[in-house]
Amino acid sequence: MSAPSAELQAVLGRRWRKPPLIRRTWLRWALGLGALVYLAAAISSVEVNWSRVYEGLDRGGAFIMSFARPDFVTRGSDIWDGLMESLIMTVAASVVGIAISIPIGLGAARNIAPLPVYLVCRGIVALSRALQEIIVAILLVAIFGFGPLAGFLTLSFATIGFLSKLLAEDIEAMDRSQAEAIRATGSGWWQWINYGVQPQVMPRLIGLSMYRIDINFRESAILGLVGAGGIGATLNTAFDRYEFDTAAAILLLIIGIVMALEYLSGVIRARVQ
Amino acid sequence: MLRLEKLVKTYRTGDQALKSVDMEVPKGQVLALIGPSGAGKSTLIRCINRLVEPSSGKVWLGDTELTHLGAGALRRERRRMGMIFQEYALVERLTVMENVLSGRLGYVGFWRSFARRFPQSDVDEAFRLLDRVGLLAMADKRADELSGGQRQRVGICRALIQNPALLLVDEPTASLDPKTSRQIMRLICELCAERGLAAIINIHDVALAQMFVSRVIGLRFGAIEFDGPPTALTPDVLTRIYGEEDWQATIQKVDDEDAPAEVVA
Amino acid sequence: MPVVENAAGNRVWMRRTTGQSMLRWFGWLLGVAVFVWCWNRISDSTTWFFVWDAPRIAGDILTRATPPRWSYIDELWLPIWDTLNIATLGTILALIMAVPVAFLAARNTTPSARFVRPIALLIIVSTRSINSLIWALLLIAIIGPGIFAGILAIAIRSIGFCAKLLYEAIEEIDHTQVEAISATGASRWQVMAYGIVPQILPAFAGISVFRWDINIRESTVLGLVGAGGIGLQLSGSLNTLAWPQVSLILIVILFAVIVSEWVSAKVRSAII
Repeated sequence: MSAPSAELQAVLGRRWRKPPLIRRTWLRWALGLGALVYLAAAISSVEVNWSRVYEGLDRGGAFIMSFARPDFVTRGSDIWDGLMESLIMTVAASVVGIAISIPIGLGAARNIAPLPVYLVCRGIVALSRALQEIIVAILLVAIFGFGPLAGFLTLSFATIGFLSKLLAEDIEAMDRSQAEAIRATGSGWWQWINYGVQPQVMPRLIGLSMYRIDINFRESAILGLVGAGGIGATLNTAFDRYEFDTAAAILLLIIGIVMALEYLSGVIRARVQ
Repeated sequence: MLRLEKLVKTYRTGDQALKSVDMEVPKGQVLALIGPSGAGKSTLIRCINRLVEPSSGKVWLGDTELTHLGAGALRRERRRMGMIFQEYALVERLTVMENVLSGRLGYVGFWRSFARRFPQSDVDEAFRLLDRVGLLAMADKRADELSGGQRQRVGICRALIQNPALLLVDEPTASLDPKTSRQIMRLICELCAERGLAAIINIHDVALAQMFVSRVIGLRFGAIEFDGPPTALTPDVLTRIYGEEDWQATIQKVDDEDAPAEVVA
Repeated sequence: MPVVENAAGNRVWMRRTTGQSMLRWFGWLLGVAVFVWCWNRISDSTTWFFVWDAPRIAGDILTRATPPRWSYIDELWLPIWDTLNIATLGTILALIMAVPVAFLAARNTTPSARFVRPIALLIIVSTRSINSLIWALLLIAIIGPGIFAGILAIAIRSIGFCAKLLYEAIEEIDHTQVEAISATGASRWQVMAYGIVPQILPAFAGISVFRWDINIRESTVLGLVGAGGIGLQLSGSLNTLAWPQVSLILIVILFAVIVSEWVSAKVRSAII
């Protein structure tokens, strides 16, 4: 073997350290220190009443135990009505929301919509995404009164923001050449959408819609907290009265339905893709 | 040095990948394992260091029988067998140096390796090896910034820093262009000669194998079909291993191209 | 067969056979029937008088809510700080718990696919299916109202979400890199640290920031049920019908959501 090269001589015997993620030393220290200070400040500003927490442990244990013997019967009719209302809101809101979000999704895709349409549609999407369901529900309850109508409108509005955005992104990411090939045949705009765009985005649209139905059901479970209908009101009452066995029953039903919906959407997505 | 006795591997699907393979590799011998895809070459190599558990049979590395070892003892024996992979199998998000040093993992404790505090002797050895394969300047680059040939050289360093007695080489050139392939094969064989290592090299390219190794084993349907020097690879033999095809050109190529010596950059 | 003969004996190409299209029509019909029934149920439990009155009420609320009471912002700084802490500490807690769950749930790292994996999956499904507001309700019933309940609610809700995405990332890693590390004689934990962790680190960082963004949104409303943060002020202002304060709080929330989404998008694009 030849004698070690000069570069090798230079590094032999030197300690080796993994090159740091952030190269500038001061920045590395500043970020680390900043994070530490923030964490210390944040943790110290959390007031925990430990004796209250300690007292609560019994109740927590009781709650966990109540999952072993959930009570579906005592408030059976309340649970049934609430659950039906949640499901009805979910179905109706999903249908309306999906139906509206398709044109808005088309309009929010820069590659097929003219600029003014694009801006309007993107505005609607941004508004719907920035406002949480529960806040929309509060406002709609204030305007339309208590009941499932407010919940239905809330979920429809939220569906539009979710689905239009993802649909638009999907259309923007689609294969241009396929759409161009259809346009090259001399098709009209509707034919172009129908033959060039729809086949490409349809499987994902179906998948996303199924996913959104799942989310809508989960959200419908909390709308009742602000009076917008659904199982949430029953659940809230159960917690207020410390009826943990009824609450456990409701939670089990929600988990069961969500799992069933997830399974169903998995099957449907596997079939369309 | 390495001895396989009646090594059998049957996969759970029922495919018999190896049917009672007997083989012996003396110290310092470099041998090529050839054969069609699915002949069990990869399985054979992985059964030796038990990345794939053999169904039955014995593997002797020196005086140690590997197939009955527990997890701890197996790890100690794996240190004596360096492995080089087809797609390099570098941990792409780690630096070149970390990849090379990962060859020492069997020798250092968890927390030490976790903190990247390897003994100075390991670090020096890693630098020496990187210098030997011409990648010293790349030590702090991330592995996914390297070209294919460079990555394979890092893979070689990782295998060698284990200080192995045996190299298991799985298709080292399958993802490389012809010129780089030769450079890598030459490098492996030179390093084996320098350090007196035995090596088993799985390889598709028969001509390339003939160029560098002293012994060729042909595998077909999980059984040894041929075992001899590269010069004994006649068209008949290749037909026995691979099936009917015109082999003249393949063998001819060896005689033509053997001359030029390329310098590993 | 999509090619059929019509009455005149000509072969006609159709997309679907008669049976198929009958089935599709029947499916659509059923769907429409279900929707109409749902709509009727909603409409039955709606007081339509209020709905017809809605535009007037909406206009009324709007006039009362404008202009926002800007001076109220002084009382919002502390709730904003609390909201940020609920989201951040909740996310950190969730990640600490989600990592082991994800490793137990991923097919290629779980110690036992038959016993441990189903338990991990159960944790993921049950924490994911229940909204953080419901977790907050539950925790308030158990440990009393306050920020701590909010942090725990956010943390529990996020375990399932983070663990699900993370275990999917673990299942997608390149197996040969792991093989290569095991072949060096590395121990189980070393294989984890050198072979698996570097591969999932970008996914982990992305998931953390993504979830933090969602948690900022969710923690702004946790106060509605008494779990601390700016939602507490929102619920108080709503109860006293102090609409100018409500509109200011909504503006603050909107701003927080936009900022957190911007931060999360920036960080994620820097990582990937």
